[in-house]
Order: sequence, then structure tokens, then C-alpha cells
Amino acid sequence: MAKVKKISEFLVRRDEEKCIRCQVCCRMCSNDVHTYVEENDSILSDNLKCVGCHFCEEMCPTAAITITKNPSEIRENANWRKEYIYDIEKQAETGGVILTGMGCDKGYKNYFDHIILNASQVTNPSIDPLREPMEIKTFIGKKPDKIEFEIEGNNMLIKTEIPPQLELDIPVMFSAMSFGSISFNAMKSLAIAAKKFGTFWNTGEGGLPEQLYPYADRCIVQVASGRFGVNISYLEKAAAIEIKIGQGAKPGIGGHLPGEKVVEEISRTRMIPEGTDAISPAPHHDIYSIEDLKQLIHAIKEATSYKKPVGVKIAAVNNVAPIASGIVRAGADYIVIDGIRGGTGAAPKVIRDNVGIPIELAIAVVDQRLREEGIRNQVSIITAGGFRKSSDVLKAIALGADAVYIGTAALVSLGCHLCQKCYTGKCNWGIATQDPYLTKRLNPEIGAQRAYNLLRAWSLEIKEMLGGMGINAIESLRGNREQLRGIGLNEIELKILGIKHAGESW
Amino acid sequence: MVKNKIIIREEFCMGCRLCEIYCITQHSKTKDIIRTYKGKEQKPLSAIYVEESGHISFAIQCRHCEDAPCLEACLTGAMYRDEKTQAVLCNKEKCVGCWMCVMVCPFGVIKIDPENKRIASKCDLCTGSNFPACVENCPNEAIILVDENGEKIEK
Repeated sequence: MAKVKKISEFLVRRDEEKCIRCQVCCRMCSNDVHTYVEENDSILSDNLKCVGCHFCEEMCPTAAITITKNPSEIRENANWRKEYIYDIEKQAETGGVILTGMGCDKGYKNYFDHIILNASQVTNPSIDPLREPMEIKTFIGKKPDKIEFEIEGNNMLIKTEIPPQLELDIPVMFSAMSFGSISFNAMKSLAIAAKKFGTFWNTGEGGLPEQLYPYADRCIVQVASGRFGVNISYLEKAAAIEIKIGQGAKPGIGGHLPGEKVVEEISRTRMIPEGTDAISPAPHHDIYSIEDLKQLIHAIKEATSYKKPVGVKIAAVNNVAPIASGIVRAGADYIVIDGIRGGTGAAPKVIRDNVGIPIELAIAVVDQRLREEGIRNQVSIITAGGFRKSSDVLKAIALGADAVYIGTAALVSLGCHLCQKCYTGKCNWGIATQDPYLTKRLNPEIGAQRAYNLLRAWSLEIKEMLGGMGINAIESLRGNREQLRGIGLNEIELKILGIKHAGESW
Repeated sequence: MVKNKIIIREEFCMGCRLCEIYCITQHSKTKDIIRTYKGKEQKPLSAIYVEESGHISFAIQCRHCEDAPCLEACLTGAMYRDEKTQAVLCNKEKCVGCWMCVMVCPFGVIKIDPENKRIASKCDLCTGSNFPACVENCPNEAIILVDENGEKIEK
């Protein structure tokens, strides 16, 4: 094949009537798409370099720039889609694995879009959350099998010792995103927002930067296969500890933070030499069984004097229900299940798009299995992987989840436009980068306010939907699948989800 | 001391220079960005300057100093302190273009206006409008307006 020029994915359209040659686009694009040519006072835009992040479009003071998909009609068909043809071209050229960022973008059925919620009419009154109390507080942790108490006169004394719990003012937390995969400013934005709202954020596997210690009381720290940044003060400062086994975007795959991104601060936080690759092995080499997992859980509990919940995060795979059962029996206080649409900073595209199962099905089967085994109370279920709106959160809770992790949604609130180029380290929005030119584009004061606003908006929407169902506490919705109905689902799907089809009454 | 101050936060300045663009627009006749840049009239100078070195950048304009050297140096008394806002302003009627102010300004934020060669061009804190255009249009709050107590003022 001749060495011809590639076809660009995007087109940069410039309205010459509006363009004032202020060169903001030239200065701002980290991919060097725009260049000012002094001789004829023009701006050239290299479509091939454009990743479609829309930063220039949103910065342009006269709205002269429009980024569109390239409408070039390459001969794609239902099987041979444009994307696949381009991927083959790329691989024929480079001979490498194709990397990508963010969550699976393939059109597998999104069950949230096929589930609808109930509301009260006549026979049970709906509740107005603006006028009546509505409780969405959630506790994460092991719940005792029964409560023993004594009554002395008018006082009740609870005798049962309650295991450590995390108290959430909204059943939504910020998902694990490591220092390295995202910038310090992005982390700080989420940390401030989580603390202010009364929920939790997660360090991911990259350790906790010292400057974020003030937010550690609202922080869940991860112990992953690379053991980056794990030391006693890391464990002691955190609100909870999470053993990361897998991630929805890349089940069974380790991580690799390239050496260029391991700058001074990251090297200190991760406790590895500057400029070296940070490699997380695919498995924990000390965990090859549930028994091994049990040892690590108890080692961590021992190290932190049994004062903090210890959880385990796994990717949703075929055997998720029995694995979850094993994790409960290994002594975890909560389980995190990350579905196929879960995001990542970098993963092989073939893994991201083809491995794992949708989170909706995983929640349903895990909740069902743990109930059948009578151990559902021993663990809280946190779910992650592609939660886009407050109704997704509510549907997950009705399917049996305790709380939800949001990663991509949180980043979108900070400016992310899902260009899926996180792995290049050139994020124009200052999120997935360590380049000092780019990281300062995210002002944590603005970021924190935006992430906080998102939580506030979702909490109001959740209350509104609960009120409509006539439910005044989120506890009453948990696992309450009667509030859900499937639409456009077949019998086996309904059976797995444990819900009735729309039109069927109680 | 000037009542409302513009505070520079270099850690958030991304060097986009939108402050300069909006300063120019604000001080043009039409106050319309496209007409300012594409019209026949000479566009005014920006009174705010983005300084850059490597990845560090910040926007600076007249600091409206408490002991402003330009006030001392002005031959004609064109430079004066506004009683209401305490901002240092230039009376265009009186300015003769001796450039003593340009010489003494410790921040180098007074420039020679190329169109009206006689007049010194500097930040007027957008007198006449209710909020400085540079602060209003900074996309990352790298310059903010604060009152006497250091409290941030939102538009």
C-alpha cells in the first residue's frame, strides 16, 4: 500500500467572518492543531491532529470555531465499521496494541435505559420533598445480624457492637482515580467537593498526596497490586481502605503509568523513583484465592485496629455472584463492583470494549445471591461503571446496590468532553495530565464548586423521584425491585434483573 | 488605597490572553468584539499584559499603587487619583505625552498609545462599567476582584 495520508477523524471549521485572529486557539491547543501564519494573517488548522475535545471551540471568544466529525464517506458497512477499518490501518502501521481512555463506548444494551420507575397514584400518597423530610443518608459497612438491647425505664441501650461504618449524605461517591492518571487539581476538586457535601472520594491506586491530608477523613484509599503509596499513615489517615482486584474497564489487566508521567510529586506519593514506569501487575501476587484475600483483609484490619471498613473492588465478570459471596466470607465490609462501562485512564481498546458484563445485571445477581445465602447484611454493595444521571443511581439502588461510584460523570462536571485521549497525557482540560502548562487550567475552586453542584442537583432529583414513589427514605428503596419495570426486555433479561415487565402489576 | 483591587493568581493563569482581548473590546468605541477587531477604526491598546516564562504566566495591569510614582512624576497633573474609587486615572485632556509615567512605573504597565501619540494608556478599572472586563472574562478566575476586606466580588 502506498504511504498515503490518513483521513482525519474531525474537521475544524473556522468562520472567517467571525475569526478575529486573537490566536487563543493557537495558544490553547495542546495537540498543536492551530497555527497562526503571520505572512498572510491567517490561521491554519491541522485536522489530523484534532482529538475532538472542543477546548478551542469553548475558548473562542467569537464562537468562530466548530468541530465536527469528518463526514467523509469511507466505504463502511454494518460489519466493517469506520472505526474497525481505521484500527486495522493503525495496527498495520505500528504493529502495536491500540490504547484508549474512558469507558466502553460500544452499543451494548444499556439496561438502565430499559428500566422505568414507579410512582404513587390514589392508593398510596406521593410525598413532596420540599415540604416533608426525605432521608437519603446511607451507611456503608457490615451490619450486625441482629440488634440486642436493654430497656431501662425510658432509655434504650444498644448492646450490639456496630462495625465501623461510612456515613454518606448522598448514596453517590467519587470513584477511584489515581494521582498520575488525573492531575492534582482534579483530585483536589473532588476531595473538596466530597468533604463539603458529606460523601467520599477515592485515591485510586496512586497514593495520597500529602497536600490532600486535610481531606483524608473523607477519603477511601486503595491498596492495589502495585502497592503504590501504601504506608501506615496512608492507611491510618483514610476513612476506609479498599483492596483493588480489578477495574471494569480492564478486568484481568494490570496498569501501566508511563515514566514521563512520574514527575517529582507523583514519585514521592507513589514511593517510586522519578521517571520510572509505574507497573501494576495484573493479579496481586499474594492473592491467588479467597483465603489469600482473607489474609490481606485481616492484615489491613489489624494494621488499622479494626476501626475502618475494609472493602474489595472487583470488575463485573461472568462469575461475579459467587466471587462476591467469597469476598463477603473473606471478611470484607463492602464490595465494589465495576461494570463493563467503567472508565479508565488507559486500557487496551480490545479489553475495554469486550471484557466484563454490564453493571445492571451484576448488581441484580450479586444482591440476589447474597440474599439467598443470607449474608446480604454482612456487606454493603457499591456499584460503579457508567452512571450518567441520578435516575441511573436510583435504579441501581432499587436493584440492590447500597451506593454508587461516579468517575466519568464527576470528570465531566470538571470539564471532560470524553475525547478518550486520557492516555496521551495531553488533556486540554487539565484533568488527565501532569503537564504544568495544562494542569493549571483546572482551578480547584471552580472544579470543586462544579462537582459539588452536581451532587446537589442529583440529591434533589433523587428526593424528587423517591417522593413520587411515596418513599421517604432511600433505605426503603434498597432492593425494592417492585418499583422497577422493564421495557423492551426479554424473559431471561427480566429474570436476571428480577423485575417485571412494564404493564404487569403486583 | 484603591477600593476594589484586582488580585493576580498566577497558579491558575493559562496564558490564553482573553483578558487582553476583552480589555481591548471594552475600551473600543463599539464595545463589540468582532467590530473592534475587524472594523476600520484603530483598536485601542490593551491595558492588561500577560507575562509568560515557560509554563508560568500571569496577567498584570496597573496596580493603582498607594504611593503611585506616576502621580509624582506627571508634569501636567494629568495623572490623578479618582476620589470615589481611589483608582489612578489619566485625564486625556491634560496629558501631553512626556512619558514620565511610563519611565517611572515599576510594573511597566503604562504604554504609549500609538493612535493618540500624546496620551498615556493604562488600566482604568473599567470606569463607567460596573465590573472590569478582564476579570469578568477570565475563564479560570486567574484574576479576581476583591473589596477592601479582601472578599471576592462576583459580578
